[in-house]
Amino acid sequence: MERLLANRKYIIIGFFILVGALFLVRLFYVQILVDKYILSANNNVLRYMTQYPARGLVFDRFGKLLVYNEAAYDLMVVPRQVKNPDTSALCQLIGITTVEFRKRLERAKQYSPYRPSIFEAQITRENYGYLEEKLFLFPGFFVQLRTLRKYSFPVAAHTLGYIGEANPEVIAKNPYYKSGDYIGISGIEKSYEEILRGKKGMKIRVFDVLNRDKGNFREGKYDTASVAGTDLHSSMDADLQIYGELLMTNKKGSIVAIEPSTGEILCIVSSPSYDPNLLVGNIRKKNYALLLSDTIYNPLFNRALMASYPPGSTFKLVDALIGQQEGVITPDTRYGCPGGFSIGNGKMVACHPHPSPLDLAGAIQISCNTYFCRVFKSIIDNKSYVNTRTAFENWRKNILSFGFGKKLGIDIPNELNGNIPTANFYDKYHGKNRWRSMTIISLGIGQGEIGITPIQLANLAAIISNKGWFYTPHIIRAIGKNDSLNQAFMTKRHVNVDPSYFDVVIEGMSLVVTAGTARGAKIDSIVVCGKTGTAQNPHGKNHSVFIAFAPRENPKIAISVVCENAGFGSTWAAPIASLMIEKYLKRKVTRKDVEERMINGNLINGKLPESESGKRDISQD
Amino acid sequence: MRAEKGIFHKIDWVLVGLYLALVITGWLNIYAAVYDESHRSIFDFSQKYGKQLFFILAALILALGILIIDPKFFSQFSYFIYGFFVLALVVVIFSGREISGSKGWFAIGGFGVQPAEFAKMATVLALAKFLSSLDVDIRKGKDLLTASAIIFIPALIVLLQHDTGSAIVFFALIIVLYRAGLSGYVFLALIALPVLGVLALVVPKIILAGALLTLTLLLLLFIKRRLKNILTLGAVFLVTVGFIFSVDYSVNHILEKHQRDRIHVLLGQDIDLKGTGYNVNQSLIAIGSGKFFGKGFLQGTQTKYNFVPEQSTDFIFCTIGEEQGFLGAGLMVALYTLLFIRLVLAAERQRSKFARFYGYGVASILFFHFTINIGMTLGLLPVIGIPLPFVSYGGSSLWAFTILLFIFIRQDSFRYQLV
Ligand SMILES: [Zn+2]
Repeated sequence: MERLLANRKYIIIGFFILVGALFLVRLFYVQILVDKYILSANNNVLRYMTQYPARGLVFDRFGKLLVYNEAAYDLMVVPRQVKNPDTSALCQLIGITTVEFRKRLERAKQYSPYRPSIFEAQITRENYGYLEEKLFLFPGFFVQLRTLRKYSFPVAAHTLGYIGEANPEVIAKNPYYKSGDYIGISGIEKSYEEILRGKKGMKIRVFDVLNRDKGNFREGKYDTASVAGTDLHSSMDADLQIYGELLMTNKKGSIVAIEPSTGEILCIVSSPSYDPNLLVGNIRKKNYALLLSDTIYNPLFNRALMASYPPGSTFKLVDALIGQQEGVITPDTRYGCPGGFSIGNGKMVACHPHPSPLDLAGAIQISCNTYFCRVFKSIIDNKSYVNTRTAFENWRKNILSFGFGKKLGIDIPNELNGNIPTANFYDKYHGKNRWRSMTIISLGIGQGEIGITPIQLANLAAIISNKGWFYTPHIIRAIGKNDSLNQAFMTKRHVNVDPSYFDVVIEGMSLVVTAGTARGAKIDSIVVCGKTGTAQNPHGKNHSVFIAFAPRENPKIAISVVCENAGFGSTWAAPIASLMIEKYLKRKVTRKDVEERMINGNLINGKLPESESGKRDISQD
Repeated sequence: MRAEKGIFHKIDWVLVGLYLALVITGWLNIYAAVYDESHRSIFDFSQKYGKQLFFILAALILALGILIIDPKFFSQFSYFIYGFFVLALVVVIFSGREISGSKGWFAIGGFGVQPAEFAKMATVLALAKFLSSLDVDIRKGKDLLTASAIIFIPALIVLLQHDTGSAIVFFALIIVLYRAGLSGYVFLALIALPVLGVLALVVPKIILAGALLTLTLLLLLFIKRRLKNILTLGAVFLVTVGFIFSVDYSVNHILEKHQRDRIHVLLGQDIDLKGTGYNVNQSLIAIGSGKFFGKGFLQGTQTKYNFVPEQSTDFIFCTIGEEQGFLGAGLMVALYTLLFIRLVLAAERQRSKFARFYGYGVASILFFHFTINIGMTLGLLPVIGIPLPFVSYGGSSLWAFTILLFIFIRQDSFRYQLV
């Protein structure tokens, strides 16, 4: 019996062999006998089509469209699917040489033989028409709809920024981005990238050998929908921005205007600039190289955020505030001015002729160097502190509370810190305990190692107009439909100066415009408060600086204007600021003569009138 | 003599060699199946092939571990092991994770472990133990009932976990019963029934019943017309007719919808190339496009586009067919067939009945996996998601198959000592 059962192994082994043989026959049939499966393999090709969401739009503070999208078409290639195409015909269609064709195909192959990559980016609608008709002749090629970024006005290039293809480093770091994806590279396009970009989707479609769309893969079961980007509402006033850029024609410098009560930025002009539409689509690379190589105008450089200047006499306002806060002066403190402030060894900080002695408001009005050197000296030599170093550190702490020496934290990338020197810096420079108030006296009149950016200057004007507080300046006032703004922009920041000390400073600034160094900034029916300054420039002619706010009561605009190599603050910066204020508050400018003189002034190539380029090196501002 | 009894003493190197060949082939093809340029290294542990390498190394350690264990352990503790895994199957229904529609997973330290895979091994152990007991005769109704219970209790629990594929595999053990003495007619009937079942779905039931009636009447002409024979034939006829009607009923009322769809597609009744039939069609396209020599390692296109889902697990044979062609795929089939034959021959040389039945059990389980998996890939059987032994991606199944096989290799190496 057992032996009989043992024979069943033959039946079992036979069964195993039978199944194996059946599979071999089936394999032979499928792989060798019939062609239908090979044809099918060539026939249906899945194409993963990324669904690019529309990028969010950007509006100005009055709802004017600033940034929008326009349809464009990318010619894509899947190298594996390219089958000896009539290259010359395709080359002709998109206007490239056959050598270039092979080069691009090779590059695409290196990225991936079976994933689509961009062959020719952003074909115009018109060329797309031709191409679409002929596309079936070129398997492996297809067209993908993309959007081009467009800018309504040829202004605010630095602020709005631009988008470009994500580079390999970004792709390696962030799995969201794939080759050919766009990403914000500068400006708010960069800082609000994740809000603007939305969310990509994916559509899988089946194509046959003739490159014909055979419909959704499995009824779109695996497709994901794209989510459009969120719109941004900017606080920018497009008209003001345009006007500011017009005024800065042929000038190097910047204008920054802020609404003091909210910290909303009204405009940021950095001149020279460029049309943001130059950095769009397939002309971007070429134009970017051109802009980058322009070392004379340096149009890509955002002076408003990235240039740091000694603030000159505008800094005297800060002296006046901190001097009062520290108790070393009162509004009634009077100092005589013997034509300058002696710093020993026969050297002196010179002053221009003016009535003397002056009280605090008067000293601001006519910008007396002697007065503010003494204020600064009193702050540093204050007996309440154990030594110079401690007094200096305290002064520095107060200065930092104004947002100087550190990035303000605005919502535009690449802001500069500026520079407020530290005690350590002077220790290193002069030696420990080897420096006194007299050694660093130039800080008192905003010269020397101090560096402040134009946006920090505009913010100073906002602080004074608010009497001691500010919101971190920001260019986006609302995201999408709800006002979901970063909390940092809705938190008041207070400076280390009591509100009561601001009145005399504001009075002084008002006198500056009505009867002081900036009478050119006077506007009928608007009380403008301002302060001129001259930023020392070791490389050439000094920079003209002016900060202001208006109206005096319930201020609506705080502004800083820097005109490089323009000499005194009163000559260029102050009139430009006043025109900006008038434009913003009245929506039109009546002083056409001033406007014309400012627009036509060429401070880059043109020669200035002799009277204005005089030899008076010590400021009369 | 004692000194020679290292763990590799009297090991069947042919079985070990076949095992290693399949495991390595599997690893290389998993690499090919999920290969993409951004992760070129085959040792990249973030990718499936890197993980599979880890699974393989762990499997080899398991194999070594089994070769150390006293072979008597498995026969002595077989009922205990069986009980343990049946319990685990019950527990996993209530506390397990659900992966792709099946509830039978335990999450252990980040890995999914499927007790059903190990329950097969436990069932083979218990069945071998039972069949090798003194006084057990499978031809006796009581013993056949017990043996059936050993097989079908875990199978039923697995079915409750919605893991139809694994449940079906338990039927493989009927081969062991056959070798143990089950009537050839019963065995034949068990093979014939699935064929009849398929026919029941393809051919209209009335025509099929008519054909069966004709066949029965024809048979009546040829057999000795004794009352017993006539009654038997009549009974068989009634049972088969009842069967074809019940198949239709169970397909339409008991099977899950996706399983029903798969069966309909297989039978060509619902040609929806982008729906359920998609997998099979794409699988055939991938294999077919491999032709005789294949497209070459990593050169597959169908698989690269992710045409074939579950490329590295259930449809791994596609990658082999596409990239290695008829030559590679045929060799693969031959390798498996050799493995099964070798297992049967090795089982036959056992002096211990337990070891022999266990060996048959191993061969049957592996054979069923092989048949269902490749049959599905080649479009001959419905799409039932079960892995190709030693080749498909996945730690749980690789470890279970390795343990299953190496327990036999261990028994076999002691074939002269054990009785
Ligand atoms: Zn003076």
